[in-house]
Amino acid sequence: MKENKFSKINNFLKIFLEEVSRSSLTYIILAVFTGLVLGGIIAAATTQDIYEAFDESFIGGISASLKFIWKTYSSLFLGSFGNPSKMVSSLFSGDKAAMRTAFKPFLESLVVTTPYLLTGVAIALGFQAGVFNIGGEGQLFMGSIMAGWAGWTFKGLPPIVHVPLALLIGILAGALWGFIPGWLKAKTGSHEVINTIMMNYIAFNLSQYLIVGPFQDPNESFKTRFIEESAHLYRFFEDPLRLNIGILIAIVVAVLAWYVLYKTTWGFEIRIVGLNPKASKYAGVNSSLITILSLTISGAIAGLAGSVEMLGVNFRAVQSLTTGYGFDAIAIALLAKNNPLMVIITAMLFGFMRQGSRVMQINTGIPIDIISILQAFILFFIAAPAIIRTIYRLKEPKQGDLTPQMTGSGEKI
Amino acid sequence: MEPILELRGITKRFPGVLANDHIDLKLYKGEILALLGENGAGKTTLMNILYGLYSQDEGEIFVKGNSINIQSPTDAIHAGIGMVHQHFMLIPVFDVTENVMLGNEYTKPGGFLDKLKAASHVRAISDQYNLNIDPNAIIEDLPIGLQQRVEIIKILFHDAEILIMDEPSAVLTPQEVEELFKIMHSLIDQGKSIIFITHKLGEVMECTDRIMVIRGGKVVGESTPEEANPETLATMMVGRPVELKVEKELSKPGDTVLQVENLTVVNKNKKIEIDDISFDVRAGEILGIAGVQGNGQTELVRCLTGLIKAELGTINILGVNSTNFDPRKITELGVAHIPEDRQKDGLVLPIPVEDNLVLNTYYKEPFAKGIVMQPDVITNNANELIDDFDIRTPNSTVSVSGLSGGNQQKVIVAREFSRPIKLLIASQPTRGLDVGSIEYIHRRIIEKRDEGCAILLVSTELDEVMQLADRIAVMYRGKILAIVDAEIATKEELGLLMAGISTQISGEKRKPRKVREIVT
Repeated sequence: MKENKFSKINNFLKIFLEEVSRSSLTYIILAVFTGLVLGGIIAAATTQDIYEAFDESFIGGISASLKFIWKTYSSLFLGSFGNPSKMVSSLFSGDKAAMRTAFKPFLESLVVTTPYLLTGVAIALGFQAGVFNIGGEGQLFMGSIMAGWAGWTFKGLPPIVHVPLALLIGILAGALWGFIPGWLKAKTGSHEVINTIMMNYIAFNLSQYLIVGPFQDPNESFKTRFIEESAHLYRFFEDPLRLNIGILIAIVVAVLAWYVLYKTTWGFEIRIVGLNPKASKYAGVNSSLITILSLTISGAIAGLAGSVEMLGVNFRAVQSLTTGYGFDAIAIALLAKNNPLMVIITAMLFGFMRQGSRVMQINTGIPIDIISILQAFILFFIAAPAIIRTIYRLKEPKQGDLTPQMTGSGEKI
Repeated sequence: MEPILELRGITKRFPGVLANDHIDLKLYKGEILALLGENGAGKTTLMNILYGLYSQDEGEIFVKGNSINIQSPTDAIHAGIGMVHQHFMLIPVFDVTENVMLGNEYTKPGGFLDKLKAASHVRAISDQYNLNIDPNAIIEDLPIGLQQRVEIIKILFHDAEILIMDEPSAVLTPQEVEELFKIMHSLIDQGKSIIFITHKLGEVMECTDRIMVIRGGKVVGESTPEEANPETLATMMVGRPVELKVEKELSKPGDTVLQVENLTVVNKNKKIEIDDISFDVRAGEILGIAGVQGNGQTELVRCLTGLIKAELGTINILGVNSTNFDPRKITELGVAHIPEDRQKDGLVLPIPVEDNLVLNTYYKEPFAKGIVMQPDVITNNANELIDDFDIRTPNSTVSVSGLSGGNQQKVIVAREFSRPIKLLIASQPTRGLDVGSIEYIHRRIIEKRDEGCAILLVSTELDEVMQLADRIAVMYRGKILAIVDAEIATKEELGLLMAGISTQISGEKRKPRKVREIVT
């Protein structure tokens, strides 16, 4: 019995690793590495002290730069993972408060990873079906605000009912925000890129209106009410650690999405519609339906991301323009070559960097924006594989790339 | 006489493959040399070496007796060598002159383009060789045949003496091919020399001066159209005797399987594509549809298979009114479809061979249980079909884009023939394939007929229709002008019908033949 379980886990790991290697992991690691090197150079080049060191002597300048880059990345590491020696010593001491402090960066990074993972899977799913969902952000907003509404409106429900209900309402709101552009694309041929962007604006403004209007807290302006206790997602640790069951939900969704995409007939249909819409029609697949469904499900998962943020982390909505999750998710999906299992890794990369950069800013004074530059470099190298191939003298991949074809504007499918 | 171009001992190795093995070649001024070989024989590799796209591992190239070193297409152009690629290298939204001058622009003082001068040069070339090209036409407005001429002008614009033409007829209609041959002769009459790459025996016999046959990267023979005949050339090319004739018995038609009545199809712009046509196809017979490309055959097939809607009329398949059914319902009635454009419609190129082999049955038992696909069953199915249909692929999991055209077509044929079918709709089933594959696919189609399958064969190759069909319908401008018994049809009469010049067949009965001969 036990052996069986073990071999199952083993089997799963094997599949996971296979998938990762199929997406040419070396290549992605090299792109990340190159991005880190260039990001370090940019960080050093924008710092006054480095120039002063160069004024004194060249060697001094170089060593100051290296020290500075080391400091940047080590504080990025400390901010995102935490201090390993403190972690170990806190574990030995058994002091709960010390443990919380030592593990906080790592656990907080996971909190940030959660919405990245969900929106990344959402966008990847869209790409697989050949639709470019730029509306992740709007779908996330709608999911968040509607999950919140369910969170504070229903009172006296047991958590076992209230949490799923609020999540479901958030998912439906996101799904609606995906369905509309999907339906428009399938029925009228209008391009989903334009429509999802427009849906973003509607979502932003609608939620801003709701926050300062009907949903506003009677005692506090520009904020909504708090959700009921019974709608809170289960948190693993005491405050201030915010890690909640959302990360598990996200991982389950990613694995499920991978399974559906690569192991079921639905996924087969989604992939062939994405890769060759004409042949999918020939094969008898209802490609309009697949387009609508994929964007709807993509929206639903992004809506879930917003709901999890609301019910697990924020508990209320505050007036703001954007979280950036839905946009970064495009990069996360592309970096993962639209493979939901790979998204687990790339979402962690983004989540940990985002969390770590805050600490880095406090410790070194380097602005958070340097991380955006770094991420931009990484994406740039992923998008232009020839550069990485030339730098590291990699061979051309033999097989055709599995990049779905985007249908052009005005093309009815 | 000294050859204008000589290759000596050209050898090119790719990992695991000897693409060219000590090839010697001589081209004389004012001749058309045919380079004949199956897909993958090494013709294109050799020409890419000559054009500077690859560099040879061994061997030398001489132009007019001087050894030259070609490292890039620029070197080749300087040496007077030009190439017309199978897939055109034109910018669709530019006009002819802009495309021709690209990379070699005339300029006025100050760096401004001198398009007028270039246009007059283009016009001069067009007039000199009777190419009939308007320098100001936009490329995407031109038919394929004229686009190819623009490619030829591009080469002549660079003063090329030696023209390499890579399968130039593959993309052309029979009429355009005739035109192309005229142009080729006008080129050599004016002192140019041409290397003509092809695998079509008929063309080789028709328009070349000398023939060189390549197989497996080696020169296996040389001949002239006067000495050679299609059988010996085919044998040299394939390496074994090839049946250019398909043995077939007279058909024994059974019940009507496909019945089309008063079918009319209009396109998006309300233009009539198919104009009130009626015909039927019975079990165990092949109805061939002949016609010049673009006379409604494409729309007919797409309408019958559910890819486009009918405006008027009915389609009956096995007694079921299947007008405007969706493609899956039609497939499930027992209809197989070999589509005209295998890469766009028939295959999903980036996914594995095994998945393409279940492209329209993936959702059925045993390939799926519920919604869960059964990869082992799919792989086993693929391995069986790869054996049965002799699909040349390293294994069943490579993506189908890596296969040659002939093997891609075999994937489609294997998929469509491997399930129980009552009606086969085959559109251009052998377009662009080599002799060996054509022979194979023809044999399979006849086998299906003899098993009692009804077959609708659409082909713009009149020879193919005449060879395979039991009855022949000729389409012209969306109408069927006549349906004739293949036994009494002659090529001349069908040709006149295809051109819309006559509307009926004389009906004079010739001696029935059991075996018909074609030249592919």
